[in-house]
Amino acid sequence: MFNKDEIKKVKQLREEWENNALRKTLERFPERKEKFVTGSGKEVARLYTPDNLEEFDYIKDLNFPGEFPYTRGVQPTMYRGRLWTMRQYAGFGTAKESNKRYKYLLKQGQTGLSVAFDLPTQIGYDSDHPMALGEVGKVGVAIDSLKDMEILFDDIPLDKVSTSMTINAPATILLAMYIAVAEKQGVSPDKLKGTIQNDVLKEYIARGTYIFPPAPSMRLITNIFEFCFKEMPQWNTISISGYHIREAGATAVQEVAFTLADGIAYVEAAIKIGLNVDDFAPRLSFFFNAHNDLLEEVAKFRAARRLWARIMKERFGAKNKKSLMLRFHTQTAGCTLTAQQPDNNIIRVTIQALAAVLGGTQSLHTNSRDEALALPAEDSVRIALRTQQVIAYESGVTETIDPLAGSYYVETLTNEIEKQALEYIEKIDKLGGVPRAIEQGFIQQEIQNSAYQYQKEIEEGKRIVVGVNKFQIKEELPKGLLKVDPEVERGQVERLRELKETRDNQKAKASLDALKRAARTEANLMHYILDCVKSYVTLGEICNVLRSVFGEYKESVKL
Amino acid sequence: MDEKKIRVLIAKPGLDGHDRGAKVVARALRDAGMEVIYTGLRQTPEQIVETAIQEDVNVIGLSILSGAHTHLFPKVMELLKENNIEDIVVIGGGVIPEEDISELKKVGVDEIFTSGTDTRDIIKFIKQKVK
Repeated sequence: MFNKDEIKKVKQLREEWENNALRKTLERFPERKEKFVTGSGKEVARLYTPDNLEEFDYIKDLNFPGEFPYTRGVQPTMYRGRLWTMRQYAGFGTAKESNKRYKYLLKQGQTGLSVAFDLPTQIGYDSDHPMALGEVGKVGVAIDSLKDMEILFDDIPLDKVSTSMTINAPATILLAMYIAVAEKQGVSPDKLKGTIQNDVLKEYIARGTYIFPPAPSMRLITNIFEFCFKEMPQWNTISISGYHIREAGATAVQEVAFTLADGIAYVEAAIKIGLNVDDFAPRLSFFFNAHNDLLEEVAKFRAARRLWARIMKERFGAKNKKSLMLRFHTQTAGCTLTAQQPDNNIIRVTIQALAAVLGGTQSLHTNSRDEALALPAEDSVRIALRTQQVIAYESGVTETIDPLAGSYYVETLTNEIEKQALEYIEKIDKLGGVPRAIEQGFIQQEIQNSAYQYQKEIEEGKRIVVGVNKFQIKEELPKGLLKVDPEVERGQVERLRELKETRDNQKAKASLDALKRAARTEANLMHYILDCVKSYVTLGEICNVLRSVFGEYKESVKL
Repeated sequence: MDEKKIRVLIAKPGLDGHDRGAKVVARALRDAGMEVIYTGLRQTPEQIVETAIQEDVNVIGLSILSGAHTHLFPKVMELLKENNIEDIVVIGGGVIPEEDISELKKVGVDEIFTSGTDTRDIIKFIKQKVK
């Protein structure tokens, strides 16, 4: 970006400035702290100048939007062409209640749906399972069978909306149900747009809703890659997620490193079963966190995009441009929300959302102010959505592409994050790849160390959280928070009993038996699972059959 | 004579996978000189009480962020009672609304620590309670 003479001159003048003006000021007014760090604890210099970017090469490192290595964004026009998809993650209680919330959100100008499932659904238990007791409908909607899914999307045209489903271990089943509901609406699979999370590796690392051991889990994931390549060309087959890794305490560098390392593991698994990289890689998508440190986060998104493009090109020899592009969804950081003075969370979310937009996100969920206390109330969800709309229509940051490019600081940070993430990936390669690194507890331990460090910094006052360890007030805890009615569980169990009485049980059993036989072979299980859900076999029944063949994952606990 | 170390069981009842808080608290208690056992995810109340008895702990710390505390915490208390255990201090943490806290205390939970708690307050509480 600069020629050698210019850099030399800057260095020389910088030294003069440091020895004169700066030194005098520091003598009279020392800085606030001895060491300045980013939100992730990376040391930050006082000032960034052209000599920080001595090796910088505009075409090689940034290039133009929509051109390799996509640092400036994946499309040539970015938000001048189309804004990001505003997609609020929602779902609670029954399918009927959630359906109502989706319609409300669509009416408020939301442009895509994002389904939250309750924990029993995510872990493959029906609502009447003993482990489901007390959890039904709590953190998302309870789905036991196709019947519930039909209610969930009642009157929502699936050829018009795009739907993201946060489902991992049983992703094949929920995807099959979605296809079946669409079919009933007369919409064929090739018309469907959306995403399934389908990322089990991060479940072992950070999120906890695993069912099966890694090998059969990887098989189910690659089954989806293959099925969608043939039948659902517009569907994002996976959302490789750093979000939960960051929530568990990872730093920005670790978030990028572990997420892309997971991505590498999926690509390797798919190639191993004989898929061509350019057949499935264009449908891989990512999901990142947006934390408080605005500029570090922007750099993180840009670094992730560049690093993934380089990995896909150099390591996997991908040729299709779409295989190289890291497209991602962002959610603001739930772990930064405070129960104290919850309205302050609106401001935190605004900064985080701005980071996501300046970082070139494809879709965004903004958290509600009350989420450290309970499920978000309707008016809180509206404010969260309005936050995105204000950024989109009033802030001006959308009018030009990648506006922070060329900032000495942002480019230096982008370089550093990419470099350090790559070092982690090389370390994981040496350990034998992500599944082995998880088994050894390496990734979990790295995250735990960062989480503990973060907590200690807060308690030692090195890190300020407004309203928590500084600027506290006496406050009454808010009342009237949204709660899930315990009746939801009873009703759900009752409907499940009814379903099992009224469905064609012979047909249900036959489809389940066929699935069991297929699971013992190497067959792609998607069509078998599709048959099961259409026969109203429940999610729990399908998962039980798969558990009997695949076994269950046991977590390796290390403190 | 060495003072006997306080023994703490940190447990994740139910299906919730958010274990950042549980692990941070476990480490803070260990750094404060306590003996800490961490169960890992997806424990039933029965498993938790059984482990508490086997490990002869002074404290059980339950962590839930899924909202299932209203069901699972009382269940743990009930099982402790059935086993005639009265000397174990039970504390809880997670996303737990104010109105639930008084209910949980009524069934015998000693204290609830919600988001934003300083781990030193938990350590202080345990040291006061376990004599």
